[in-house]
Amino acid sequence: MVPTSYYVLLSAALFAIGVVGVLTRRNALIVFMSVEMMLNSANLALVAFAQRWQSANGQILVFFVITVAAAEVAVGLALLVTIFRAKRTTDIDEINTLRG
Amino acid sequence: MELVVFTITALVALVGAVAMLLSKNAVHSALFMLLNFSSIAVLYLLLRAPFLFAVQLIVYAGAIIVLFLFVVMLLGAERAEDDRDRIAWQRPLAILMAALLLGEALYVFFARANTSLASPATPTEDFATPVKIGEALFSTYLLPFEITSVILLAALVGVVVLHQHRQAAES
Repeated sequence: MVPTSYYVLLSAALFAIGVVGVLTRRNALIVFMSVEMMLNSANLALVAFAQRWQSANGQILVFFVITVAAAEVAVGLALLVTIFRAKRTTDIDEINTLRG
Repeated sequence: MELVVFTITALVALVGAVAMLLSKNAVHSALFMLLNFSSIAVLYLLLRAPFLFAVQLIVYAGAIIVLFLFVVMLLGAERAEDDRDRIAWQRPLAILMAALLLGEALYVFFARANTSLASPATPTEDFATPVKIGEALFSTYLLPFEITSVILLAALVGVVVLHQHRQAAES
């Protein structure tokens, strides 16, 4: 039986790695992947606590988070493709105007 | 035994995450992220969440990674970004901030470590079988479940609108 605290520690570490990715990388795609990883680490903590309290509610919340993440990825990647068509770059330093 | 599986899977997840962060090629990043997502799926299995294990593999490791790989290859964004920074102090500051965040999380974790972080007293195998999750989704959580369908529809319409707008601008 693995203690719940180990899962929470792993989740915190993965979240911190995701934060470093969002803050340091400048390829918009990799920033996006880091955001996905942060969502995943939060999901891991939720599932760990669902197991701790022997309740399915945490897992259902994770189910909803995964649904929203899938929708978010579709819209975000469509936005990236549109921005790339207009600006020919995925470098977030170059994307600094609001008009297309 | 379970602890051994957890340790190995956790190490794979961490290595996948760090490698995703460090690799220059965006395709490699996407594949390392696949490694990370798959090991998290294994952890779900260890946490007695078979339904989420399947959903994680299908939605994250399947659909989302394919979408990422497709866009990376479509945009030709796999080439390395140039290393010079617009703002010189940005990168060290970012790493410092992330370290502070992790330190804060660890502080709260160890300061508040109490019974809520221990293992359950009487662990059972079947507290979240797919059957139970389905029953909860279609009874207690029926309204949020229906709302997710609206979210998915909105995402679908949004993507189509973005594409239409681009075509109109090009013609």
